[in-house]
Amino acid sequence: MTRVFISRDSTALSLGAEQVAKALEQQASSKGLSAEIVRNGSRGLFWLEPLVEVETSQGRVSYGPVQVEDVAPLLDAGLLDGKQHPLYLGNIEEIAYFKNQNRLTFARVGLTDPVNIDEYLAHDGYRGLKNALALQATEIVKQVTDSGLRGRGGAAFPTGIKWNTVLNAPADQKYIVCNADEGDSGTFSDRMIMEGDPFVLIEGMTIAGLAVGATQGYIYLRVEYPHAKIALNQAIEAAYKNGYLGENIQNSGKTFHLEVRSGAGAYICGEETSLLESLEGKRGLVRFKPPLPAIVGLFGKPTIVNNVISLASIPVILDKGGEYYKNYGMGRSRGTLPLQLAGNIKHPGLFEVAFGMTLRELLYDYGGGSASGRPIRAVQVGGPLGAYLHEGQFDTPLDYEAFAAISAVLGHGGIVVHDDTVNMADMARYAMEFCVEESCGKCTPCRIGSTRGVEVIDRIVEGVQKDKNTVLLRDLCDTMTYGSLCAMGGMTPFPVLSALNHFPEDFGLQSAKA
Amino acid sequence: MQDYQTQKPTVLEILNTHQAMPGNLLPILHGIQDTLGYIPPAAVVDIAKSLNLSQAEVHGVISFYHYFRETPPGEHTIRICRAESCQAMNGKALETHVKQQLGIDFHETTADGIFSLEPVYCLGNCACSPSITIDDEVMGRVTTEKFDRLLATYKGAK
Ligand SMILES: Cc1cc2nc3c(=O)[nH]c(=O)nc-3n(C[C@H](O)[C@H](O)[C@H](O)COP(=O)(O)O)c2cc1C
Ligand code: SF4
Ligand code: FES
Repeated sequence: MTRVFISRDSTALSLGAEQVAKALEQQASSKGLSAEIVRNGSRGLFWLEPLVEVETSQGRVSYGPVQVEDVAPLLDAGLLDGKQHPLYLGNIEEIAYFKNQNRLTFARVGLTDPVNIDEYLAHDGYRGLKNALALQATEIVKQVTDSGLRGRGGAAFPTGIKWNTVLNAPADQKYIVCNADEGDSGTFSDRMIMEGDPFVLIEGMTIAGLAVGATQGYIYLRVEYPHAKIALNQAIEAAYKNGYLGENIQNSGKTFHLEVRSGAGAYICGEETSLLESLEGKRGLVRFKPPLPAIVGLFGKPTIVNNVISLASIPVILDKGGEYYKNYGMGRSRGTLPLQLAGNIKHPGLFEVAFGMTLRELLYDYGGGSASGRPIRAVQVGGPLGAYLHEGQFDTPLDYEAFAAISAVLGHGGIVVHDDTVNMADMARYAMEFCVEESCGKCTPCRIGSTRGVEVIDRIVEGVQKDKNTVLLRDLCDTMTYGSLCAMGGMTPFPVLSALNHFPEDFGLQSAKA
Repeated sequence: MQDYQTQKPTVLEILNTHQAMPGNLLPILHGIQDTLGYIPPAAVVDIAKSLNLSQAEVHGVISFYHYFRETPPGEHTIRICRAESCQAMNGKALETHVKQQLGIDFHETTADGIFSLEPVYCLGNCACSPSITIDDEVMGRVTTEKFDRLLATYKGAK
């Protein structure tokens, strides 16, 4: 039986992977060929999806992008024996885009059947948990601290410090909450992990439970990700069945329960305290801090809230050690970051690499420039609250501090590319509008300020008292930055001001420096 | 609109199965919307009673979240992504086209009751923008022509 891999990842599905899988299954069986179709995650080379990979005696061989009408000719050409065809790509792991990555967190994504626990175990799965079960809680936390891992969800807060706080908070009950709200435009790495290797997240959360003495975990998943929910629930069920979740995990006497909860389409519920309110069944209003969730979190108990990628990075750290992970990266940005290339880019996809590569290398050497073939004009990194960068900033290394130094953020590693047809006043206006739409409403600078922001930008663009209104816009951004309770209102000025400063001509203002 | 009396048993059953669950309001609302397609305003009374909340509190939660709706949707719900990556790939032109083709704006349902239209802010399909969903199916690199073809299939399949 020849194994053929066709992805079940949402993006592959959005390009027709399901139809290709069905056609291949039917046509192979009607030709009397024996093929077992495995639905894997995506390798992340999305311009090649739907990708078909075949296990042959010469190793794994791939073809792409494959449409339904290609299936018959591919089978005739000898697809199941890895024969030549115009769509032949060879071993996908040898393609530069893939080969030059540092796949630590995404090691298995695209390689295995995501919900098959035997395959997970065969590809180094649960080795981190096995090590963790032999360690004291403080020693687990020490490994995480030593790794230098900083939260991948946005604020880049050291994960080890957060865990240590929860570990030292005395309580009868503690919780592990996974922030799977991934609301930023241009980001899909959380989704790809959940769809492509859900066990790695489950394992990471279980280790977190052992590390701080929490017996219950929740994955707060955005409702926009139905395929991720299916994969997570399939994997959770398999983990329970095989003694990796529940009571007495692998006969250790330890307990960890895990459940998926759906959000309901509110960007602000990605903010950790708003998320906790939502999990408690309330409106997602941001809580004042302190107290930190690590002390008073879900249902008033000490709670770890971590992003999907942060938690999914834990198994490799516990498997290979904190030092191993730390050896990747630069400065205070340690380990790897799964970057997500999106928008107007020729080779969009997921690229996991150690911190330090420059944006330019990524955009041109790997991304292949814009999809439209026109010059790249503006790039937004870090989601809707991230700054727009211009050409002159493309040599900035991808590193938390280097980005902070140019008033930008790496955030969740989402990179959205715009070509020269973009109107940056429109993008600034959209950023304000998004804040109007998604503000939780608790504080005035964010709730009212953003509404006024849209109006002021409109007046500037219409040419009504341009200079006065530009001063007013800057003033307003200042008030939002310093007067907002959370980063929703506090960071909306990043895209707005960067657009205004770098692309004033789009606002009908005099161009400043290049 | 359907008579709440025929929907009430479903609502009560959902309330019943979620009774012991901590933080159960969102799962309950999802349960109701998954089964009935929306949350009937009359259900708020039963939900509030069961959870020992005021009706205003329950209504406050429903209205806070974009996903929950209090009116019945069309047979198929089309969601168009309005976020940045999709904008970078002509998402706005697609949005205009879709509204024109369906003859409705966001949050509306076509007169024949087949399609409802909702905005969405990122589907995590940004690598293949612009993106839409029809019910639970995600579609990428949606051009206006591709959209028209999809629409015809859904109309045909009805
Ligand atoms: C408006 C807003 C939206 C956010 N959205 C997300 C999100 O979708 N996913 C996420 O992991 N973190 C998000 N965050 C960051 C979280 O508040 C929090 O820092 C993070 O979940 C902590 O996990 P980490 O330490 O592993 O990064 C958001 C923050 C703000 C202010
Ligand atoms: S800044 Fe905006 S989103 Fe954040 S707490 Fe204030 S009103 Fe809510
Ligand atoms: S921005 Fe449209 S799918 Fe992400």
